[in-house]
Amino acid sequence: MKFAVLQFPGSNCDQDCVHVLRSVFGCPTELLWHKEYSVGDADAVFIPGGFSYGDYLRTGSIARFSPVMGAVKEFADNGGHVFGICNGFQILCEAGMLPGALIRNRSLQFRCEHVYLQTATHDSPFTGQIPEGKNLRIPIAHGEGNYFCDDETLQSLEANNQILFQYVDAEGDLTDHANPNGSLANIAGICNAKRNVAGMMPHPERAAEAALGSTDGRLIFESLIAALKPQSTLAPA
Amino acid sequence: MLSLGGTAFFEGMKAKVIITPKRAVLDPQGKTVQTALEHMGCAGVREVRIGKYIEIEMDGDRETVEAQLSEYADKFLANPNIEDYRLVFED
Repeated sequence: MKFAVLQFPGSNCDQDCVHVLRSVFGCPTELLWHKEYSVGDADAVFIPGGFSYGDYLRTGSIARFSPVMGAVKEFADNGGHVFGICNGFQILCEAGMLPGALIRNRSLQFRCEHVYLQTATHDSPFTGQIPEGKNLRIPIAHGEGNYFCDDETLQSLEANNQILFQYVDAEGDLTDHANPNGSLANIAGICNAKRNVAGMMPHPERAAEAALGSTDGRLIFESLIAALKPQSTLAPA
Repeated sequence: MLSLGGTAFFEGMKAKVIITPKRAVLDPQGKTVQTALEHMGCAGVREVRIGKYIEIEMDGDRETVEAQLSEYADKFLANPNIEDYRLVFED
């Protein structure tokens, strides 16, 4: 199973993603510079966090026009799995591959802290291995993570179970106080209607080893790896 | 200004793109500035909305430039999910 991790000018979580995929999960992983026109033979593409193009104009608004994003869109249109973390989520929204937008945190503060997430649906390649009832403790680090969409879009996200993660407090309650950025419906991550493209603001790659204080992020990588494993076929007679 | 086949061709025509957050979108910057204005004693403030202002100098005839800028504002300069924009040309 091969992964590609995109790298834009200003990406800064690309090496973290590569480290987790290669060293924690032993998966061959390539860094893909934004000027590439193909995702090669990758089975899934990660769009990492950072500040692509200095967050100029709007977060993710310039990166989405990089050559590699044309290849990523084609890959996703053909059913390929794409996962955006933080700036990667912002880029996917700007590219129209996920609905809505990430705007300035309601507090105007850059929030850098651990949060708790509840998994709103296990029916996705990104959440399938997360145990029922297990809330994830994963860090966030963003100034623009306030998820916004119009009412109609929010209704369709809810109706199609496209909300993957929501911010909750340490007790697991979905409260306004637990919402670090003002996101609608405490949304921390969503997927598209086809369920092969997803994005989230928290950083699972920063919670994948005990030395980092939490290994909850591993469950998201494990979910994707399990989903990508070739389906078992009948043994030849 | 040069005249080419009846179409007015401008060199360095100044266009302004004024981008504002949509009414339904929370504007925490605007709210914070509004509160600051009130604290400073500025009376009668109803609402403050903070957006972006982009100045672009372009060569071409007005109609083509306007069509081109609208196209790029729709797909790049503004995000229709969260922002409105208007184009203003300097005479």
